[in-house]
Amino acid sequence: MTLPGEWEMVVGLEVHTELKTATKMFCGCANQFGSEPNTNICPVCLGLPGSLPVLNERAVELAMAIGVALHCRIASSTFHRKNYFYPDMPKDFQITQYDLPINSGGYLDLPDGSHVSIERAHLEEDTGKSTHLGGTGRIHGADRSLVDYNRSGVPLVEIVSAPDIRSSAHARAYAAELRGILIATGASDGRMEEGSMRIDANVSVRKPNAPFGTRCEIKNLNSLRSLHRAIDYEALRQIDVIEDGGTIRQETRHWDEIFGETSTMRTKEEAEDYRYFREPDLVDLDPNQAWQDRVRNGLPPMPAERRQKLTARLSEPSQAQLEAVEVVIDLGLENFVNAAIDAGVEPALAVARAANELAAGIEMTPNLAPEAFSATVLMEQGGALSATQSKTVLGELLASGGDPKSIAKAKGFEQLSSDSLGSTVAELIEQNPDEWARYREGDEKLAQFFIGQVMKLTKGQANGKAVIAELQARR
Amino acid sequence: MTSPLRREDVAHVAKLARLSLSDAELDQFTLQLGQILEHANDMSSLDLEGVIPTAHPFGLINVVRDDVVRPSLDRDEVLAMAPDAEDGRFAVPRIMGEAP
Amino acid sequence: MKTAHQIAIDVQSGAGSAESELERTLGVIAARNEELNVFLHVDEDGARSAAASIDARVAKGENVGPLAGVPIAIKDNMCQRGIPTTCSSRILEGWRPPYSATVIDRLLAAGAVPVGKTNLDEFAMGSSTETSAFGATRNPLDPTRVPGGSSGGSAAAVAADMTSIAVGSDTGGSIRQPAALCGLVGMKPSYGLVSRYGLIAFASSLDQIGPFAKNVMDAAILLEAIAGHDPMDSTSLPEPPPSLVAHVNDGVAGKRIALVRELVDGADPDVVASVERAVEALKDAGATIVELSIPEFRLGLSAYYLIAPAEASSNLARYDGVRYGLRVDADDVAAMNEATRTAGFGAEVKRRIMLGTYALSAGYYDAYYGQALKVRTQMIEAFKRAYLDVDLLIGATTPSVAFEFGSKTSDPMAMYLSDVFTIPTNLAGDAAVSVPFGSGEADLPVGVQLLGPGRSEAQLFAAARVLEIAEGRS
Ligand SMILES: [Mg+2]
Ligand SMILES: [Zn+2]
Repeated sequence: MTLPGEWEMVVGLEVHTELKTATKMFCGCANQFGSEPNTNICPVCLGLPGSLPVLNERAVELAMAIGVALHCRIASSTFHRKNYFYPDMPKDFQITQYDLPINSGGYLDLPDGSHVSIERAHLEEDTGKSTHLGGTGRIHGADRSLVDYNRSGVPLVEIVSAPDIRSSAHARAYAAELRGILIATGASDGRMEEGSMRIDANVSVRKPNAPFGTRCEIKNLNSLRSLHRAIDYEALRQIDVIEDGGTIRQETRHWDEIFGETSTMRTKEEAEDYRYFREPDLVDLDPNQAWQDRVRNGLPPMPAERRQKLTARLSEPSQAQLEAVEVVIDLGLENFVNAAIDAGVEPALAVARAANELAAGIEMTPNLAPEAFSATVLMEQGGALSATQSKTVLGELLASGGDPKSIAKAKGFEQLSSDSLGSTVAELIEQNPDEWARYREGDEKLAQFFIGQVMKLTKGQANGKAVIAELQARR
Repeated sequence: MTSPLRREDVAHVAKLARLSLSDAELDQFTLQLGQILEHANDMSSLDLEGVIPTAHPFGLINVVRDDVVRPSLDRDEVLAMAPDAEDGRFAVPRIMGEAP
Repeated sequence: MKTAHQIAIDVQSGAGSAESELERTLGVIAARNEELNVFLHVDEDGARSAAASIDARVAKGENVGPLAGVPIAIKDNMCQRGIPTTCSSRILEGWRPPYSATVIDRLLAAGAVPVGKTNLDEFAMGSSTETSAFGATRNPLDPTRVPGGSSGGSAAAVAADMTSIAVGSDTGGSIRQPAALCGLVGMKPSYGLVSRYGLIAFASSLDQIGPFAKNVMDAAILLEAIAGHDPMDSTSLPEPPPSLVAHVNDGVAGKRIALVRELVDGADPDVVASVERAVEALKDAGATIVELSIPEFRLGLSAYYLIAPAEASSNLARYDGVRYGLRVDADDVAAMNEATRTAGFGAEVKRRIMLGTYALSAGYYDAYYGQALKVRTQMIEAFKRAYLDVDLLIGATTPSVAFEFGSKTSDPMAMYLSDVFTIPTNLAGDAAVSVPFGSGEADLPVGVQLLGPGRSEAQLFAAARVLEIAEGRS
């Protein structure tokens, strides 16, 4: 979306990501989504009197991994208490990092070449979860709430970008790239639908080169789509207010997914006084160089590098192929693609099959061996399988694994190869002498006619290239 | 730093701390807290520019634990101590407004 | 009555039994608790079964531990699984923790028999045990006077011969001051020596658990049993605990000890006289005594009364009526939090929550809390400078002997001043012991305080033992 007039939006994002640890940030309770309510709780994450926090080493390492991937400076850091009352927060304060975060001053380069600065990426703990009863089941109008503390104390990293983002599409691209990085580092599973990645957006508008306008913070955007819509809505709202002669109040706003609009949650005057102070129950965190190096050396390559490597294997890639490469990288499918290319598959075909067929069955890829993928696509390339058959075999392999040749045989795909295809083509030439004559005289369009006829007879199980080869052989 | 405490400051602090004070308590606390803060004025005359604040008596660093699951509490035992519970969860009256 | 040391020897050797010791303890509690209000809860059944199992283990020839069969009193701010734990507050009335403090586990492992939970100032905020929501504890030496606080119940339990030893906690003097007022040995160990896991926090950077006993040896045995690294407490010292019992009779020959002017200035004359006599006794035992002024000590009170309430205001936020303890119903959750806290906390707790909230709030942080943290730095440096020249410091524990009920309750500042000599040690995270030496007004005991650097517990006990011997208490 482009904004009306000369308006430009200025956006900074705060991304909260849950870390994929076995246990919570400060206690040994399981960090597990979807358990029965209040079954992963102990004196520490329930804030019982007398309990004390002890920092999870793995959470620190994942936070450092995020810092390294975002080119941050890793430094000596401290923990603070952020004090405010809320029923899903068992101690009525959150342990977080304040003036001295573990990671600061990094950046993220997006595929489109733009650069977004990262101000900080700090560690903090998550809160529990409330369910609202009565009314519409939402917080407003409910008559009471039920609280589950399973999520209380789950480790989070909050990644704060500079206000370098200039459109909703840009914001979305940033969030998507960041998500890819979080997944690549092993820090997060990036599942926004389970709330393991949540975004707050700071939005303001201005005329080009004017100073930044007053910003509003939109809380808790739980999908890339909401992020996109909420930012657009908010920028337009602010422009309307200003063009009507009004001014923007600094405030926190709520995004309503159903009505597609933002509304005031809290004005600046109502903002909490968090009374931050050093958490006396925790000591300083000061990872030495050796510890940092261990994390740095353990990191796999990040999406940008992987994207570049894979793109380099394609010769003069089209826009569609570049997009397919992005899908492959986002979903971490390049081991399949690389195995296939190494086995002799045309890179464009390998990328296309991975970006479509494997992507569609992404949750089943553990069933599929890279060799099986390579063998299938190689059969397709050689004409032993039609495109449709190849896709069917891949679907079967994803669903239940196995050997591509046996699957093709069991489905009866094999007979179509060579002999059977040859006799079908011969038969069609006999039945359509006029078309065959025109084809022989050089009208290449008629190849499509014969392919169509073969497909009809074989119920789509032939390979177009193989049909052309048969026609050529008889020309 | 001469006793800066006003009655409305005390009222504001009570709100932050989720305490409600009667008028008489408000007066008494304004007086007593004012006296304590006045006593603290002996620190204000000191020039402590450049002194590093100590939040913690000594400098242990990097105290961490292994990421290994330990048993959680029994839910029934925990919910038995709750003032109100329902459906495996802690029950509270309606929440006015989202978390900040 | 027998010392803890003697009880353990008798139980382990079969000359006595845990069960008979426990029955004696329960008998004294039954006879005197109503008058003195020492125990808020007596766990007769739990203690009886613990004692029986100790006797059974002894019968099987097992070595039960250094506190075999010794009944012990627990300050009611330490969690013990299934046992009511209140912090002497209405807000926790009826709460039974689903877990035990590390200290409780260590005591049980050492063979001790916890008999019940003792009264304290509400959330350990006070110096007289008068702020308890369940009534004041009386000083067994003079029931018209306070036992001191906040660990007044634990001190009174030992002073009344209910138990030979007790555990308390010391945030600004809450072990040493009641020990002084009840004529006992009481130590505040180095910060981090004893695990705080399961100790209900008042001010986390200052709180420390420590022993009460009638004599130095018992205090040393008890502290040795509960000290040591705990992975559940991030601020727990990583190194092995010091050996204390073995050094109790090391004496002070060749030690340099400084009498600190700021630790006697303003004390009653009889208190000052006792400190001076103690100095002579140490000199007689071979110590070199010097005099020292540490002006930073004068600022301790101000820094403490901002730092401790600031931490407390945050530590006590969790008492909100949601998960445990009191709830006073209201229409919405914020109103319920407020109604609960207003009804559940007493005046002193509210006063400190208010003070701490104010000190941390926007616009005041730098002037109050921030400045107090810098004074704390200066306090630590002043101690360090002193310990370049001397091994230990000496002064009074409290400005006066036990005072009468109600004499300081209307003026918070007057009450706070009774901690003026004990607070510097907490701010520095160091160790200090109060040992009874001489008497003052109305023949009540005076406490002399010995202070040392972090991890100097063995030296402090050895010096305290010298004074004990000089007093004719072997
Ligand atoms: Mg945050
Ligand atoms: Zn837990």
